[in-house]
Amino acid sequence: MSSESYGHAAEHAFRQHHFVNSEQQFDTSKLGMWLFLATEILMFGGLFVGFGLMQANYPEAWVAGHHHLDRIMGSINTVFLLCSSFTMVMAVHASSTNQKSKTVLNLLATLAFAGGFMVIKYFEYSHKFHEGILPGRYFSYAGGGPPEQAMFFGFYFAMTGIHGVHVLIGMILIAWLTIRAQRGEFSSAYYTPVDLIGLYWHLVDLIWIYLFPLLYLVS
Amino acid sequence: MADIVATPKSQSHGDHYDVDYLNDGSLLSWLTTVDHKKLGVMYLWSILFMFFLGGVFALLVRLELMNPGQTIMTAEQYNKAFTLHGAIMVFLVIIPSIPAALGNFALPLMLGAKDVAFPRLNLLSFWIYVTGAIIATVAMVTGGVDTGWTFYTPYSTTTDGPVALMTFAAFVLGFSSILTGVNFVATVHKLRAPGMGWFKMPLFVWGIYATAIIQVLATPVLAITLLLLIFERLFGVGVFDPKLGGDPVLFQHFFWFYSHPAVYIMILPGMAIISEVIPTMSQKVFFGYKATAFSSVAIAIVSFVVWGHHMFTSGQSQLAGAIFSFLTFLVGIPSAIKVFNWITTMYKGSISLAAPMLYALMFLILFGIGGLTGIFLGTMSVDIHLHDTYFVVAHFHYVMMGSTLIAFLAGLHFWWPKMFGRMYNERAAQIAAFFVFIGFNATFLPQFLLGSRGMPRRYYDYLPEFTPLHQVSTVGSWLLGLGFVIMAGYLFASLRKKMDAPSNPWHARTLDWQTSSPPITHNFHEIPVLKQGPYDYFKPFEPSVEGYHE
Amino acid sequence: MSEHAHSSGARVYVLTLVALLILTGITVGASYINFGSASANIIIAIVIATVKVSLVALFFMHLRHDNPLNAIIFISSLIFLGIFLAFPLIDIQSRDKIIPNGLRVREQVAAPKQAAPAPAAPAHH
Repeated sequence: MSSESYGHAAEHAFRQHHFVNSEQQFDTSKLGMWLFLATEILMFGGLFVGFGLMQANYPEAWVAGHHHLDRIMGSINTVFLLCSSFTMVMAVHASSTNQKSKTVLNLLATLAFAGGFMVIKYFEYSHKFHEGILPGRYFSYAGGGPPEQAMFFGFYFAMTGIHGVHVLIGMILIAWLTIRAQRGEFSSAYYTPVDLIGLYWHLVDLIWIYLFPLLYLVS
Repeated sequence: MADIVATPKSQSHGDHYDVDYLNDGSLLSWLTTVDHKKLGVMYLWSILFMFFLGGVFALLVRLELMNPGQTIMTAEQYNKAFTLHGAIMVFLVIIPSIPAALGNFALPLMLGAKDVAFPRLNLLSFWIYVTGAIIATVAMVTGGVDTGWTFYTPYSTTTDGPVALMTFAAFVLGFSSILTGVNFVATVHKLRAPGMGWFKMPLFVWGIYATAIIQVLATPVLAITLLLLIFERLFGVGVFDPKLGGDPVLFQHFFWFYSHPAVYIMILPGMAIISEVIPTMSQKVFFGYKATAFSSVAIAIVSFVVWGHHMFTSGQSQLAGAIFSFLTFLVGIPSAIKVFNWITTMYKGSISLAAPMLYALMFLILFGIGGLTGIFLGTMSVDIHLHDTYFVVAHFHYVMMGSTLIAFLAGLHFWWPKMFGRMYNERAAQIAAFFVFIGFNATFLPQFLLGSRGMPRRYYDYLPEFTPLHQVSTVGSWLLGLGFVIMAGYLFASLRKKMDAPSNPWHARTLDWQTSSPPITHNFHEIPVLKQGPYDYFKPFEPSVEGYHE
Repeated sequence: MSEHAHSSGARVYVLTLVALLILTGITVGASYINFGSASANIIIAIVIATVKVSLVALFFMHLRHDNPLNAIIFISSLIFLGIFLAFPLIDIQSRDKIIPNGLRVREQVAAPKQAAPAPAAPAHH
């Protein structure tokens, strides 16, 4: 009879009953997260495909649309997200090596960079609303240009909007992690949530790495 | 009840673990359960309810088509009725039927696991399904949708009615499907019992695994497609609107990138069940196990490169059409491998014609017809004539209903004793199977003729010369309905009996049959250690679970 | 848990971040230069973005040392995305035989007088 008879003998409190050991649980959770990230890639992928096909048909509208975007603001946001990814991976590293205060500090820094990203996004959006640059039939920019700019901004708002929602969700999750880390719930034996949310956060970064040149740098 | 004798060691688990799962906990506790078996049963009842609803709409549609002109409803009501029939059957019944109901129940048992990899995610996925079903119902009640289940633009962006809400329901249901897929892939990779290598897995697991891969890779595109459609309705962005420079055919590309693989989300689990029922009911080793296992994965992959065969007449370029037409024929190869292997498995087996096997044999005939007519439709030149006729309707009913749903019934009758611990009345089951088979063919064979003679699909009215065939089809739908009424009768009747099912009524070799009927809460007292392959009928049976006896 | 998960220490993360920031500078700088055609600029931007994405995936997301299965999932999602892009692209780019000028048919309908009548002949293939 197997000595790993289940239902009891939990070697520590975080293991769920249907896993044989916590390594199996960690690997499984990570596999699940990667599968989820694959679904995210294909979901955003749909937007990229539509964007690319329409860009191939209306290059001048895309160039005209891109002139309304601020390259400097976009670059600052890129730097913010890259730095937040760095602090996130440092938080994962710190939590896996039992450094509680470093974990908390890095998570807070990640939150701060993400917050900075959202603030800049807010200024960009409100500036565009002010100029009448809205998606689709609400596009009322007075400066002229190809009519398909309305479609460009349809994509712009859909892509950055859905990305922004992902940033917001990430911020909520990171805030939750910070509280748990402050309570000392993570250690080298159990830091799965930090690791998984870290992966999610890097994916949000990855998507922005493509969004930035495609939206801000086409010319 | 349970005829496994509890081993003394299992005493240490406490009594809680020895109770069969149906009687473990109050009725209310089912709503928050993370037990894969209970979730499977809850999916089953929800899906059967939705099947009833979709079936009522089907009967109404058929009744309306009894005679030319108005019979029982107006043209607008007819458009809504067939849309609801299609949307309910596709999104709420067929897609979740086998993976979510039977898969949830049987997959961990077959792997020798205690549960799926992420039990709480499984619960979430169920409640997302329920939410989606409720939103869809609200959309139906608040006016209904007349776009067809495909939501083609530009009609879907311009018509009145709660299209955005119905689309949102499909979007929500997509998430339920994604989470189930993620869960199953992780479960198959990480929770197999000791000794169960990839080629010792039952073929049902292979089929569900291939399905889960499609769910993970294709469903997100449906999500973004439907989101873009909602966006289009709200803001008029114009991506799919030729007036604004967009392309309605692009919507069809987006839609079918998901929905063609979704057709395989429907058929692969059906094939998976047949691969389980046929060797068990023939008591014979599976002929060509590896070829069948790989053909499931091959179908999953090929399914992603054939979607354009839905669009031969949509204004897609001829080059793209020709490529898609060629690739479509590739699907025939793995499908034929499977059919060949099923038939060869039966050869010289000791075949039992119990209800699950009756449905499996039915599947072979109906899938043969459905699959071969698919080749007609995949041929671009033939499709120009047959596109959007009743030939297409007949074809996809032969694969969706005649194959997937019949396989679901095979699986339902196969695992019913394991799920509920009761045997149903076999004679009643045979009578019901007879009516289902006759009724199904009477309903849909005439539709091939109607279609090849030019009867367009989705039409409210038709020319008088089509009347006799339409009437045969409508009468067939009643026979089919009668079959389902009988089935409901004997299945409910079996639930009122006391539990009488043996652990292994079909003398199967897979792990799901080596625990009690119904299983205990944690499936097995001890982790099974695999001693035999799933279909080693040429060897004496050697149970992999301690304490097993029939 | 997996000892590989944090074998790449803090130093690697710092170097990765520095590389990412430099690449961001290059891509912004390159956008001010005209490389001959609009598509050349886009291709350069996408190549740089892909290098950045690879760095994040390999080092920040630990794919370099992780279970290869996770990398397979990541890469296959990109392959299927490629399939998703390829077929509509083939379709739209080769549609001229049915609809001259592809999606721009609208402009011809709107201004039929201005569109030159000669190239719209079906013989142009």
